[in-house]
Amino acid sequence: MPLSIHDWPNSYIGRSVPRPNARRLIHGRGTYVDDIRLPRLVHVAFLRSPYAHAAIRSIDVSAAQRSPGVVRVVTGVEMAKHCKPWVGVATHMRGLKSAPQYALAVDRVRWQGEPVVAVVAQTRAQAEDAVALVEISFEELVPVADMETALDPGTPVIHADLGDNLAFELRVEAGKVDAAFAEADVVVEETFHFGRNTGVTLESRSTLADYCAGEGKLTVYMSSQAPHMMKNVIAKHLGLDEDNVRVICNDVGGSFGIKIHTYPDEMCATALSVMLKRPVKFVADRLESFVSDIHARDHRVKARLAVNRDNRITALEVDDLTGIGPYSAYPRTSAVECHQVVNLTGGAYDFANYRAHGRVVFQNKNLMCQYRAVGHPIAFSVTEGLVDAAASKIGIDPAEFRRLNLRADDAYPYTSASGLQFEKLSHQKSLAKILAMMDYDGLRRQQATLRRDGIYRGIGLAAMIEVTAPSGAFYGVGGVPIAAQDGCTIRLDPTGGITCATGIAETGQGSETMVAQIAASAVGVPIEKVRVVTGDTETTPYGGGTWASRATAIAGEATLQAGRALRANILEVAGALLQSAPADLDIRNGAVVDADTGVERMTLSDVGKTVYFRGHELPDGVKPELVATRHYTPRDYPVAFSNAVQACSLEVDVETGFVKMLKYWVVEDCGTVVNPRLVAEQIRGGVILGIGAALYEHCIYDNQGQMLNASMIDYLVPMAVEMPDVEIGHIATPTAETVLGAKGAGEAGMGGAPAAVVSAINDAIGVFGVRITAIPATPLQILEALGKIDKKGQ
Amino acid sequence: MIADREITLTVNGERVVQRVAPRQSLIDFVRENLGLTGSHVGCEHGVCGACTMRVNGLLVRGCLTLAVQADGADIHTIEGISDSGEIAALQAGFLERNALQCGYCTPGMLLTAADLLKDKSSPSREEIREHLSGNYCRCTGYQSIVDAVEDAAQAMAGGSS
Amino acid sequence: MKPAPFDYAKPHSAEEVFALLERYGDDAHLLAGGQSLLAGLNMRLSAPAILIDITGLEPLRGIVNSNGVLRIGALTTYAQVKASAEVARAAPLLSEVIPWIAHPAIRNRGTVGGSLSHADPAAEMPACMLALEAQVEIAAKGGRRKVAAANFFRGLFETDLKPGEMLTAIEVPAIRAHYRSNFSEFARRRGDFAMSGLAAHARFDGEVLHDVRLAYCGVDTRPVRARTAEQVLEGRTLGREVLAEVKAALAQDLHPPDDLQATGEMKLHLSQVLAERVLTAMARAEGG
Repeated sequence: MPLSIHDWPNSYIGRSVPRPNARRLIHGRGTYVDDIRLPRLVHVAFLRSPYAHAAIRSIDVSAAQRSPGVVRVVTGVEMAKHCKPWVGVATHMRGLKSAPQYALAVDRVRWQGEPVVAVVAQTRAQAEDAVALVEISFEELVPVADMETALDPGTPVIHADLGDNLAFELRVEAGKVDAAFAEADVVVEETFHFGRNTGVTLESRSTLADYCAGEGKLTVYMSSQAPHMMKNVIAKHLGLDEDNVRVICNDVGGSFGIKIHTYPDEMCATALSVMLKRPVKFVADRLESFVSDIHARDHRVKARLAVNRDNRITALEVDDLTGIGPYSAYPRTSAVECHQVVNLTGGAYDFANYRAHGRVVFQNKNLMCQYRAVGHPIAFSVTEGLVDAAASKIGIDPAEFRRLNLRADDAYPYTSASGLQFEKLSHQKSLAKILAMMDYDGLRRQQATLRRDGIYRGIGLAAMIEVTAPSGAFYGVGGVPIAAQDGCTIRLDPTGGITCATGIAETGQGSETMVAQIAASAVGVPIEKVRVVTGDTETTPYGGGTWASRATAIAGEATLQAGRALRANILEVAGALLQSAPADLDIRNGAVVDADTGVERMTLSDVGKTVYFRGHELPDGVKPELVATRHYTPRDYPVAFSNAVQACSLEVDVETGFVKMLKYWVVEDCGTVVNPRLVAEQIRGGVILGIGAALYEHCIYDNQGQMLNASMIDYLVPMAVEMPDVEIGHIATPTAETVLGAKGAGEAGMGGAPAAVVSAINDAIGVFGVRITAIPATPLQILEALGKIDKKGQ
Repeated sequence: MIADREITLTVNGERVVQRVAPRQSLIDFVRENLGLTGSHVGCEHGVCGACTMRVNGLLVRGCLTLAVQADGADIHTIEGISDSGEIAALQAGFLERNALQCGYCTPGMLLTAADLLKDKSSPSREEIREHLSGNYCRCTGYQSIVDAVEDAAQAMAGGSS
Repeated sequence: MKPAPFDYAKPHSAEEVFALLERYGDDAHLLAGGQSLLAGLNMRLSAPAILIDITGLEPLRGIVNSNGVLRIGALTTYAQVKASAEVARAAPLLSEVIPWIAHPAIRNRGTVGGSLSHADPAAEMPACMLALEAQVEIAAKGGRRKVAAANFFRGLFETDLKPGEMLTAIEVPAIRAHYRSNFSEFARRRGDFAMSGLAAHARFDGEVLHDVRLAYCGVDTRPVRARTAEQVLEGRTLGREVLAEVKAALAQDLHPPDDLQATGEMKLHLSQVLAERVLTAMARAEGG
């Protein structure tokens, strides 16, 4: 019986190893894009549209051009010659339509914040001074600023060529939905609203493009999650040979999906480097980030749930309306979030009748696209909101109601009503575990006691599934050049050290550490002897980058396979040198040993030195390959689903509407865990993001398409004082599709936290007969729900 | 034309003499003129704490301080307090607890935590969160940072002398 | 964003300051801590031609308590206020309010004079000065004058400071026997602008309240004393009925506008809740 990866001697898999690449960061020696200086570097700043929708009447750049330090001023017409527009559609999103998007607006501006004029100068400050001198006149047009009326006959159509403002529509139907609702004993129906959010990465989007005229080679230092994808996009739209484009991602100061899209300002900066034949840097400042980083989560969902007399859910119906920007973002499309909502709502529960209708409409607001846990917070807020409403209506404990309805742990493999294929999940075990961890019954008793004193605590629950490690069925099938596979090349050096190059990216989650742990375990070296290279398209295998929680499941498996292959190669050489059968040897702690006794026979350094420097010592016929590459792509399942359940305890001050987070719990099942601490920290970070969405974050737009709170003073992000500690529990149901058995875990925290928090708020204020169904659940909203103040008119 | 000003100051123990435009912020000066890129820019409105530095022994926002105002001052950045070993216990705690992911907020967090531990040798978790209230982190959710500061405080209190 | 270009001067005397103010008029801005000014300049909300750095003026520093008056120099930072034993003794309200203001790094630079001159309607310091019936000392080329806090804050970011004038000190009557004070606010997160903040100061004869000052911030274009509510409390003890009357009176005193965080009605409601909580806390406090 072969040893499992957990049993390999000196295996690092399952150990909370500190991150080697964190050392330079705690010494203040990271290399983020803005830290890089190049000779003749110039900076670009943009004049951005002040209007949500307007025609550009005239632009006079003469004063700007004369401003001190200015090198070049470019408008949309000229930029279009250097950078071709892109269209954010994909063939597998049938019917998705969008218009060409230019790097700089041409003729019209379609969202407040759209870049219109680029000014290049010696310093950023000088570029901004010159932007202020550009004379531009607009003719305002009526903006489309309300998704509910975007499709009304009287509403302007943003792109006349497209015919209407409907970007995408999706319908799913399974079972006998109408019959199920007609026969149901209990039906609950709610309308949910989700505030627009944005990522607010602390390092804002940054690009430093360096075109070398002599070589015709373009190097782009980017703060990005997907270097290979960007290489392709840049080459395609700048009309360059893709082989002459190199993208390098060093340290990235947070991304969460924000830095995985094609942005006009970044494309512009890159094109300018080619035009000017010198390095051009663009760093979005915080104010422009709010109106240019992609937004997400702007949804209105009407949904209803049918429950029979056995307290079993029989049917779910969902109508999702989402208002994106004037374009579907590229290349991942702005249809995916709606698609996920339609796919995932109800996903943890067992019922046969499901109907969903999703519509994506264009608006004159900032673009929307994938942001951490795409669609999950909406899907599970809707699901858990209905589940709680049903439990309340029936008069059954919400935990018990979930226990009755979550899919059984032995129901697998299983295909859901919405067509999701599950290999094996652990909802019931997870629920039981979290209820024990949090002492659910104890919390209920405490809640009752405190209520008598006028203190209103709430206990919230949220069960969920998480999309991880998607196969080519996600993007590739739609003609989008985003890799679903990933690779790892591992090389042994004469020092006895190994170097792993992989196509995923590191943006702080610890993907490099994960690779190092797996490689060290698979080859048999101490982790100190492992170097990991990521983020450089020149030096890494062609890969997909890091997104959709794919790194461990996909690149981790590729690393494991490559490590095993290298180990076999090393043992073949060592066997020949030592005149032993490779099967009688092992590699442990950086040395070749007798498999049975563990006695050291030669170090890996010896093997390396012999091969590299003293090849004449090798017996005839031995062809040493001290480097191995393996690629892995998921095939059996379109998505490797993981599952989690979240819970929180909070207190609502019913006099003020303020919510105080007390404690939070998550039980996560992501299969094999390579580094427990890193997984726990991903969950914690995601939970706090989700609490932000639940209580604080909202891109507030007025009816003229103007964002009213585009600064960190008015867009509220979670800070340390208000956030709880999060206790994490773990269950492991490995996937059988890979040797590693890992699924993803990076987004679960965010996916379920908004649902858990609202569940708790409603549990607290339910005694007053009120519920909230909109996030962020601000004090204003809670006071209005409680009737402490009158609801203001729309 | 507005004239540059000459400023003389000490940065991480080194004497620095430079000419700066009045409008240049201290954070930009330290990053651009001195190449000390360990302190970061996050918002330029004084809210996120990424630019936190030490001026004359006090924590300040580099984005809300002009370089000209630092004439005659004694400045310390993350590079200085790291190289001197001053924050070794904090750094060990941060590493062990994975109190950083992308690392962008980390210099500001370390400066601010060091400031807290200067005055309070055994801060409670609430006191730690309170002192870090003006330092934004998007990755960690703050708990591991609180854990790390708590660990460092214990190490410094127990292991001193 | 980077600020628009500006010139910079750091005078060594008040006379130099006035000369510069006369020369540049509206194109000049005084710079002390800069925590509000520089944030605004970084957003290009304004573009003065010159910043006049007054932090070199030593006479504007220092905290002195004499003859029942606590004199706080305009350049005193929030951190210095918090650390001052004199302030803790003579004006505990000012010690108490500091942790509510912004964050440690901001408090090391931001000054009391700066806060009062900037007059942000949500700022805590101006409300405290109103509650303490402080006097603002203003200097100009022609001499000095004093203005009661009640007359100093005139509107949204608008004070009684005339062109060519500079705030030099704040004089706070030292707290007398049996007086107590309390500050609290409701803000979305620690350090955020107050949705409603209350600086309260009153004399307690046993449980009977006298000389009550209730100064709110964040509910109007400037800090505001809730005079009707104060009169309701005069000579009475706290109880359910009195507090209900106080809340009704606040509806007459306060007419908060809507903003991004709260409607006017919500701000009024929060102000009423604050009154109850702050007064109750004050009544429970010992000493004074």
